[in-house]
Parts: sequence; C-alpha cells; structure tokens
Amino acid sequence: MHRFANPTRFLKVANAIFPWCAGITALLLAAGLYLALFHSPPDYQQGETVRIMYIHVPSAWMALFVYACMAVSSAVALIWRHPLADLIAKAAAPIGAGFTLICLTTGSLWGKPMWGTWWVWDARLTSVLILFFLYLGYIALVNAFDDPTRGHRAAGILALVGVVNLPIIKFSVEWWNTLHQPASVLRLDGPAIYPTMLWPLLLMATGFTLFFVTVLILRVRSEIAAAKIRNLQLSLAQG
Amino acid sequence: MDHLMAFLSMGGKGGYIWPAYLIAAVVLIALLVNSLRSARIQESRLAALRQARRGIPEDDA
Repeated sequence: MHRFANPTRFLKVANAIFPWCAGITALLLAAGLYLALFHSPPDYQQGETVRIMYIHVPSAWMALFVYACMAVSSAVALIWRHPLADLIAKAAAPIGAGFTLICLTTGSLWGKPMWGTWWVWDARLTSVLILFFLYLGYIALVNAFDDPTRGHRAAGILALVGVVNLPIIKFSVEWWNTLHQPASVLRLDGPAIYPTMLWPLLLMATGFTLFFVTVLILRVRSEIAAAKIRNLQLSLAQG
Repeated sequence: MDHLMAFLSMGGKGGYIWPAYLIAAVVLIALLVNSLRSARIQESRLAALRQARRGIPEDDA
C-alpha cells in the first residue's frame, strides 16, 4: 500500500491506465445504452417505463460504492496519514454526489408513472436523500478550512460517521414497509431478472464504475497539482 | 418516421424515460468536463510556477 502512497508513482500508474479506462467506459456505455433502449423487452407489469431502471439502478449502486471508497480512503488517511488517500476521498466526493443526484431524479421520474407520486418519505428514499446530504456536507467541510489538512481530517471523520447510512440504505426495503421494491439482482438466491434485462444493467453498471475511475484519475491529478502548487508557494514565501 | 415516433413515445411514457436519460447524461458530462478543465488548469499553473522558479529570479513571488 505504501508503494502507491507516493504521488509520483500513483501518477505514473494512473496515466498509464487512463486512456484504457476512458475508452472502455465509452464502449460499455454505448453497448449498454443500445441494449437498454433497443434490445431489452418492456416489462410485463411496468411496460416501457422499466427502461429507467438501466440508469437508476446502476447509479444507485455507484452512489453506495463511491461512498464506501470515500470512507475507506478517509480511514486510511486518518489512521496512516497517507496524503494521497485524503486527495482520493476529496476527489471522489463530487462524483458520488453526481451519481446520487442521478439516482434521486431518475427514481422520481420512475415513481410518478408507477406509484403515482414523485416522492414519498419512506425509508429507502429518505436514506438515499441523507446520503446526498452527506456528500454535500463532506464537500462543504473539506473546503471550509484555510489549512487543507484540517479540512481533510474534519471531512474524513464525517465520511466515517456517515458509513452507518450504507447498511440502512441497502436493507431499508427489508426492514421497513416501503413503496420501493426489494433487490432483484444482489440477492442471496441469485438474480430474479431475465438475462435480456440483466445484461444492459450490468453493462451500464460496469460502464459507470469505469467512468468513476476515469474521472477520479482526472480529479486526483488536479488535487496533486494543487498540493504541489501550495508547497511551492509556501517554499517561495519562506525564501 | 412512424417507427421513430413510436420509439420516442415509448408507449406513451417517453415523457418520463427521456428526461431520466437526459439528466444522467447532463450530470455525467458536466462532471467529466469540470474535471478535465480543472486538471488542465492546475497542471499548467504548476508547470508555469516551476518554470518561473527555475528561470527568472523571483521578482513576481
């Protein structure tokens, strides 16, 4: 792990995999969109509206996955003081917030024709809204200090406290009566969904994951450059 | 043309489906463009700063 804590080595690896990530993201999303819009059948209950699933479900998975990545990086940064881990957590936050926003808005657009309402204050929807606010709180906190180290530490603690929300989101559909349907793919007895729907879903999910990696590399690069600029200016000021 | 209209109307639910895809596209493209821009800006600032430090004496520091 320490080997990759070195920004120079990180940049070398990141720059090498970057074009591959970007290219494969484009291919996966193109294939996923084609299958989702043209090839997959309408649902026997939901009709065409089910096509919102191919955006909504992968973005919901990403909302949780990116938060987990952010929390692990924050923990690594807080425990072992790896400066790169702080930068990764900070770089991941806006991407996670973006996916959560997509999840909430597409869910709303799916809820209206299916449930007859844009929004209900049930356990699943409310806990995802809280996740969105956790992302926003993290972003606000990490930028709130003149000394970036203090910002990273305060925001890192917030990220770790917020982890309690992840199992609540995942199991909310089982613990409470909600309008939201239970899991169809990530369940113990295997996916309860036809392959013609499962394939575009998995392609979109993998595409979103690689999109996350691609954008994360860009954001970490700009964070590393910003940190170097700060150090240079500091050393200039001190003569 | 009829095929296209039928496809766009999505069984009458196009008004919900297309905005969902559009919002996702807008958010993801905005993230990508913002990240590309800030990487380019910060890295060129860093390069300029390093060059200034190596070359001309620190009259602007």
